[in-house]
Amino acid sequence: MKRYLRVVGAVVWKDLSAELRSRETFSAMVVFSLLMVLVFSIALELNRGARESTAAGVLWATALFSGTLGLNRGLGREQDRGTLEGLLLAPADRSALFFGKFLSSWALILAVQVVTVPVLTVLYNFNLAEPLVILSLVLGTLGYTGVGTLLSAVSAQTRARDVLLPILLLPVSVPVLMAGVQSSSAALAGTPWNEFSIWYSLLVAYDVIFLAVAVMVFEAVVGD
Amino acid sequence: MKSLKWLNVSAATLLAVSLALVWFAAPLEATMGAVQKIFYFHVAAAWVGMVGFFITFVAGIVYLVRPNPRWDRLGAATAEVGLLLSIITTVTGSIWARPAWNTWWTWDVRLTTYTIAILIYIAYLFLRGAIDDPQRRARFSAVYGVVGFVSVPLTFLSIRLWQSIHPAVIGTATPTSQGGFDMAPIMAVIVVMAQVTTVVLFVTLTANRYRLIELQDQVDLQKARAMLAEGDLPSQPAASAAATK
Repeated sequence: MKRYLRVVGAVVWKDLSAELRSRETFSAMVVFSLLMVLVFSIALELNRGARESTAAGVLWATALFSGTLGLNRGLGREQDRGTLEGLLLAPADRSALFFGKFLSSWALILAVQVVTVPVLTVLYNFNLAEPLVILSLVLGTLGYTGVGTLLSAVSAQTRARDVLLPILLLPVSVPVLMAGVQSSSAALAGTPWNEFSIWYSLLVAYDVIFLAVAVMVFEAVVGD
Repeated sequence: MKSLKWLNVSAATLLAVSLALVWFAAPLEATMGAVQKIFYFHVAAAWVGMVGFFITFVAGIVYLVRPNPRWDRLGAATAEVGLLLSIITTVTGSIWARPAWNTWWTWDVRLTTYTIAILIYIAYLFLRGAIDDPQRRARFSAVYGVVGFVSVPLTFLSIRLWQSIHPAVIGTATPTSQGGFDMAPIMAVIVVMAQVTTVVLFVTLTANRYRLIELQDQVDLQKARAMLAEGDLPSQPAASAAATK
């Protein structure tokens, strides 16, 4: 068990320290998120009333799309540099590699939210950093990153690559988007907790189910 | 091969008979009129399509446990036919909704779930098209067949929850066909006929598609062999040239 955790930790450490040195993916994701916020603001021509009702939607759409960007890089880079084989040759359980990859991507996606949430708060002029919004972001991106890590391992090994990941990932992420947007906007509107707590249960159910499925089938995706 | 022919003939005959029954024998429904006749095949296509996706899911699991190309072919065939039936379901539902709900599209639970399922299986076909290596294609599509199918109930649930909190303009609890109205005996007969026809049609299309994929695999194999054989030929003169030097 201790050894297993050490492998997971090593993969996470490797990914995050590479990212800390280059800041390649992180900065691309942040810039992309800011651009998306800008695009939404222009496209929806937001006045104050519309802003409050769409803030949760903009937050979630931005999180999911910039997340795809990060997920694409996570395993795509390994594939490009041929380091994926090296990683797979390591005498370690494949699921440990999965968890390592998953945790580093999740950390990256959450780090981007640390930037976008305050920016949205300033631009939209009301506080988005409610604890319940943060909770739904954490729970929602968890499941999303879990499936995303699995599917990015799939798409990285195909011809279509970067184009394929969003096409594969977004339709199976509808429950996350739905639960995320509904719970966040209810939290922002100050709805009583018991009226929308069900969304958090749905997010937890999604996380558990899809992490389990992803761990079980990851071997089939990378094991050649 | 012979059984395939028999299937084709019986599916075509059943389809012709059922269509004739729906068009000429089925009575007009009191409130909805002629457009209600869509339901005979709409309902059948809806559940048989989901059965198709379910078979893809099961075939995916079986393939991952015991990799035999048979399961991959079966999964691919049922996914395609299921996709076809789901598209038929949404289109016929939309045509019905226009006069009945006065709109082509509404965020109805079933309608939305089917549309998302359609997108999942279109993605499934994209994925198959983007991989050349047959074994890798089989493994990856098995994985996506499992992940995609598992997400469908959660999608259904999330849309249903959303609808119960945000009541739609048009009643979401509209009873469609499940005993919502009294059925004339002839209607019940035609309903059963339509279900049977669709199931036979599903089996026929799947069997044909399966056979086609099998043939395609054989062609690919022959091609690969021919390429290998050709690859040997030009290397021989080069080798002999090197030997003479």
